[in-house]
Amino acid sequence: MTTEHGDAAERGPAHGRDPAEGHAPADGRSPADSRDPAAQPEADGTPVGRRLVLGTLALGALGVAAAPPLQRGLERFLGAASDKDPTGLTQLLPNGGGFRYYSVAASVPRKSATSYRLTVTGLVDRPATYTLAQLRARPQTRLVRDVQCVTGWRVPDTPFEGVRLSRILDAAGVRPTARAVRFTCFDGTYSESLTLEQARRSDVLVALRMQDKDLNHAHGGPVRLYVAPMYFYKSAKWLSGIELTDKVEPGYWERRGYDVDAWVGRSNGRSDDPTA
Amino acid sequence: MRRFSRGERWVHRGTAWLMIVCVVSAACLYVPQLAELVGRRALVVDVHKWSGLLLPLPFLLGLASRAFRADLRLLNRYGAHDRRWLSAVRRRDPRAKTRWAGKFNAGQKVFAAWVGGAVLVMLGTGLVMWRTDLFPLLWRTSSTFVHDWLALALGLVLLGHIGLALRDPEARRGMRTGSVDPGWAEREHPLWRR
Repeated sequence: MTTEHGDAAERGPAHGRDPAEGHAPADGRSPADSRDPAAQPEADGTPVGRRLVLGTLALGALGVAAAPPLQRGLERFLGAASDKDPTGLTQLLPNGGGFRYYSVAASVPRKSATSYRLTVTGLVDRPATYTLAQLRARPQTRLVRDVQCVTGWRVPDTPFEGVRLSRILDAAGVRPTARAVRFTCFDGTYSESLTLEQARRSDVLVALRMQDKDLNHAHGGPVRLYVAPMYFYKSAKWLSGIELTDKVEPGYWERRGYDVDAWVGRSNGRSDDPTA
Repeated sequence: MRRFSRGERWVHRGTAWLMIVCVVSAACLYVPQLAELVGRRALVVDVHKWSGLLLPLPFLLGLASRAFRADLRLLNRYGAHDRRWLSAVRRRDPRAKTRWAGKFNAGQKVFAAWVGGAVLVMLGTGLVMWRTDLFPLLWRTSSTFVHDWLALALGLVLLGHIGLALRDPEARRGMRTGSVDPGWAEREHPLWRR
């Protein structure tokens, strides 16, 4: 045992003999007998505790510095692992693949196919109210893109399906004075907004389905916004109102510091691969 | 016999409660099922931030206590017996293990130092995530990464800490009342100079 030699050396030549060590477990002596009279006073010795604290701090700082490549590697690995993981345990790991549930409201009412309504108001010629059945009856568009959250997680190749927002805007007759679109949600708290130009993109949907299933409540069902090229906080859950306005009004997280123009990889100080 | 002073017990109690609030609020932000149940994200974030920020406070107040400072010194200093204790753990030799423990065994010392360092890292990365106005946003992403993974490690280590305490009623009594049975001290901490 190298440690024994080390110990003996430290205690000096007077203590070359160590009666307790090595054979001790088998000889059945009581613990009191084995107290080494040569042991140092407890309060002496090397300040290893302080070194451990400083070492942990240094490792933490190193982790922050090395985070971008480490995170990319781990995401790739865990993303692949979660596809083959029937237990769902990888979902609980940081960036372990899959979606995270975020709600800013205390509780979110549930809307069914019969109680759900989507209103289109503001600077339009023909304000409208849609039921879920009316939205389903309109031409559906299916997009398969990665979902990227501003907090880091990414879910690859996620199908979304719904009505192009541009079709709903056209049907309402947008007035020339309108410059932006504001979205409100039936959780009573969340809001989002896009410029009119962004809202007219072909990869912005009023989504009714996700992963080829009807949107459930946790994912923002029955209807949510889906803004494919932007960070996922733009894709407001529980969408209930579309309002045309003359300027962009920052949404819930945007009033708390997030970018309004939230292009994936080109905003919020992040450098993720674009999703569209 | 005496093991912990009243001040030391309050430091432990205060830290424990703040840690519980911090961990539970973290779980409500992080575990999807809990997040769904609780909602109120902005409020839970506030609870988590403040419990985390206050976490070092009991320790700092404790520095006024002579007994606490003396125990910190014991936790800091590692003698030859601590190396033996650790190598007994590596050899999976429980009987040799108990023989080389002072007032705190080497495992308790390592736990204390690592948790101390980890809490400081959590505090630092947490502050970067909180005060985005003071730090560049890229730091925030990197800090989130370290904060998330270290939280997982810290959670497991705390579970170990609680699990070991649950297995040893006399150790718990020491922390609750300040006194322990002399026989227990002789068995578990034979090198403790009283």
